[in-house]
Amino acid sequence: MCIAIPGKIVSIDSRMAKVDFNGNIVAVNVGLIDAKVGDYVLVHAGCAIEVMSKDSALELIELFHDLEELA
Amino acid sequence: MKNVELIIKELKEYDGPVIKIMEVCGTHTASIFKSGVRSLISGKIKLISGPGCPVCVTPAAYIDRCIEYALKENHVLVTFGDMMKVPGQNGSLSQAKGDGARVELMYSPMEIVEKAKQNPDIIYVIAGVGFETTVPAYALTIEEAARQGVQNIRLLTALKTVMPALRWICENEAGIDGYLCPGHVSVIIGSEIYRELADRYERPFAVAGFEPEHILAGIYDIVKQLEPKAKTEATVHNIYKNAVKAEGNKKAQEVIHRYFEPGSAMWRGLGMIPDSGLYLRSEYEAYDAGSKGLDQDIQLPESCRCGEVIIGRINPNECPMFGEACNPMNPYGPCMVSSEGACGIWYRNV
Ligand code: SF4
Repeated sequence: MCIAIPGKIVSIDSRMAKVDFNGNIVAVNVGLIDAKVGDYVLVHAGCAIEVMSKDSALELIELFHDLEELA
Repeated sequence: MKNVELIIKELKEYDGPVIKIMEVCGTHTASIFKSGVRSLISGKIKLISGPGCPVCVTPAAYIDRCIEYALKENHVLVTFGDMMKVPGQNGSLSQAKGDGARVELMYSPMEIVEKAKQNPDIIYVIAGVGFETTVPAYALTIEEAARQGVQNIRLLTALKTVMPALRWICENEAGIDGYLCPGHVSVIIGSEIYRELADRYERPFAVAGFEPEHILAGIYDIVKQLEPKAKTEATVHNIYKNAVKAEGNKKAQEVIHRYFEPGSAMWRGLGMIPDSGLYLRSEYEAYDAGSKGLDQDIQLPESCRCGEVIIGRINPNECPMFGEACNPMNPYGPCMVSSEGACGIWYRNV
C-alpha cells in the first residue's frame, strides 16, 4: 500500500493543488513539498510526497550511466 | 553505456555463489512477479520477499478493535481498501460490513475532515495503517482537524516504521546478502538512513523504484557490489534519485515527528519490536481511539508459517497450508490476503 503515483500539477491554491493523472484531475495536498505548476509530483493518499526531478526517460538514461561505473 | 538488455544478459549468465536478495517492500514483490523479473535472471540469484506491507504485519487485535468501532452507535470506521479482508479473531471488516457494521472506504484520510464537519453527530474512526509513506497524510489530517476545531475524528493507529524491522532482520537473518530498499518509504526517510546497516552488517543496500528496469538495475547493483573483485565496499546506492533524496523529505519527517512519537509495536509474524510503531503524541491524545496495546495476534494453526514467510526464511509455497487450507478466499495469514503480501502474490502468479 506504499505505492505513490506520479501526476502533473495543473494549478496550486496555497496548500492544495490540482494534479492531473492521465486526464483525471484530483485535489492533492502539496504542503510537504516545494512545487510549482507543471511539476511532476509523487502522490500517495492524497498527499504529494516529492517532486520528481526529471522525466522518467532521462532518469533511466542516467541510471544506466551510473551502473556503468559498477561494471 | 549499460542498457536493460546488457544487464539482463549479465544477470541471466551469473554463475557465482548463490546470492539472496530481499525485496523489503510488497510493491516490489508485486512488480517483480507482474513483469516476470525472476525468469530473466540466473537461478543463482534468489529474490526473497520481505515484510511486505503494513497490512500484512497488522495483528488481529487491531482488526477486532476496528470492527468494535464499526458496530458502535454513532461511529463510522473509515479505512483503505487493503484492510477489508484481513482476518481478525472474529472475521474481517468486509464480513462485518456485510453484517451491518458501518465501514467506509477512503482515498485519503484528509477527506474525512470535511465529512466529519458535515456530520457532527458521527464519530469517524480512521484505521491508521501504514509505513512512513502514509504517516504524513495522517499527520496532516490531525493538523487540519485541530486547525478547524473538528472534534469528531479519531485515529486508531497501527503505524510502523521500516528501520527497526530491517535492523531486526539484519540481526536475525544472516543469510540475506543484500537488500532492495522500499522506494516510496525511502522518499520520506531518505537513502542515507540505510548506511548504518550497510556498514554494520557489511551488506549492499540499493534504493530502487518500481518499474521493472529500476528493479533489474537494483538487483544488478547489488550483484556487482557482492563481486569479490568489487573495489567498492558494500554500501548504499540510491538508484531512484529522481524521487529519493539522501536526506529524504524533511518537511514530511517534521510533520510526522510533530504529531507522532515512537513506541513498541507488534509485527504479525515477527513479534514485538521496540520503537517500531508510531503513536499520537500526548498533546493530541483526544484524537486517539486507544491505539496502544492492540498486540494480541490471532491463534494461527500450528502449520501456518507466516512468520517465516515475512522474514523471507521460506517461500510461501513451502508453507504446508499454502493454496490448500489457506488461499485468498479463505486466508489464514494476512500475507495471503493483502494485494502486496507474499503469499497472495505467489498464489496469483506461480
Ligand atoms: S500460506 Fe497462509 S498460512 Fe501459510 S504462511 Fe502464507 S498466509 Fe500464512
